[in-house]
Amino acid sequence: MSQRDDIFDRANEFMNVFSRGAEFTKELLEENTRLRRQLIELDTRDTDAAQDTGEWGKLREQLLTRIEGLEVEKEDVMERLRALEEENRQFANRYVEVEEENNNLANLYVASYQLHSTLDLSEVLKIIIEIVINLVGAEIFCVYVYDENSGMLEPVASEGEQVPAFPSTPLGHGTVGRSVELGETYTTDQNASADYESPIVSIPLCVEDQPIGSIAIFKLLAQKEQFTLLDHELFTLLAGHAATAIFASQLHGQSERKLNTIQGFIDLLTK
Amino acid sequence: MERHRILIVEDSPTMRQLLVFALKRLKGSEIVEAQDGMDGLRKVTSDDFDLALVDINMPVMDGLKLISLVRDEDSLKDMPIVVITTEGAQEDRDRALALGADEYLTKPIQANRVLAVAKALLKIE
Repeated sequence: MSQRDDIFDRANEFMNVFSRGAEFTKELLEENTRLRRQLIELDTRDTDAAQDTGEWGKLREQLLTRIEGLEVEKEDVMERLRALEEENRQFANRYVEVEEENNNLANLYVASYQLHSTLDLSEVLKIIIEIVINLVGAEIFCVYVYDENSGMLEPVASEGEQVPAFPSTPLGHGTVGRSVELGETYTTDQNASADYESPIVSIPLCVEDQPIGSIAIFKLLAQKEQFTLLDHELFTLLAGHAATAIFASQLHGQSERKLNTIQGFIDLLTK
Repeated sequence: MERHRILIVEDSPTMRQLLVFALKRLKGSEIVEAQDGMDGLRKVTSDDFDLALVDINMPVMDGLKLISLVRDEDSLKDMPIVVITTEGAQEDRDRALALGADEYLTKPIQANRVLAVAKALLKIE
């Protein structure tokens, strides 16, 4: 290649670079012009808006309407939240109530289950004592059984004191006798009585209208301050179920004795 | 599911049945019953338990004797023990806690309270 050709090539190359540079500069200038125009337009719009009170008012109105809408929405959400919280609280309270009812039912179930778990009178009396100690929370009490022949309520089992410490009571007389005759549970607000003729609670044990006996409570455990709703339900349960349990065990005892007597006769005759 | 073995040492069948009712609500609980302190000692030394509920006034061996014997055993030193008793006096409570009982509940019991104490001692959420 000649020196002349080389110079032409370099000149062409330079011209190409220069043309590209010129095009780029032109593009930049156009972009600059466009942006300046846009800026002027925005400035004009702002100035117009600032000068036109109608525009500002419209904008303000729109914003206030939006704020009001949001406030209403917020109140609605808050109201729903409050309602949900209230519902939640009600559910929690109901849960506690159901739990308590469940526990009470378990206590009543266990008491009645145990009372009817045997036909042995001494076992029945033992179970009555267990229930009164463990479920009612009594420290001193006595179980009376009605003797039809003498018309007296006789103490047969007790806790906190020996059985002879408690007096026999005629039916219809004294707190215990009257409570059994009327078939009504007698209760006081006291938690102890030193007088063994005046219990703080007397639960009549009756089968239908037939008197069977009574549970007389004279002192509660130190930690037991007062009777609860469950205690009253237990008194009702004991009044019925303890009575039938004692009655059934007495009948069973009598039939056992009769059966033994008959068996004795049969043995005597057949030998 | 984690299993929890619980021993109930109580001479009254009524109380045992009530405690079983309450503790059955703990998911995965396995409950073993003992009818006096000696029966309880036999069971607690021959098997693993996560918790023991012990009455104080019992025939053959009372609950306090049982607690002191249990605490003398190295392997049973950390087993939580809850006393459930009619004895509400402060000195009875102090004596039981000094012997190594972890909680002291008085009768008449409330199933919720027993459950809450058992959950706390078994570290159940």
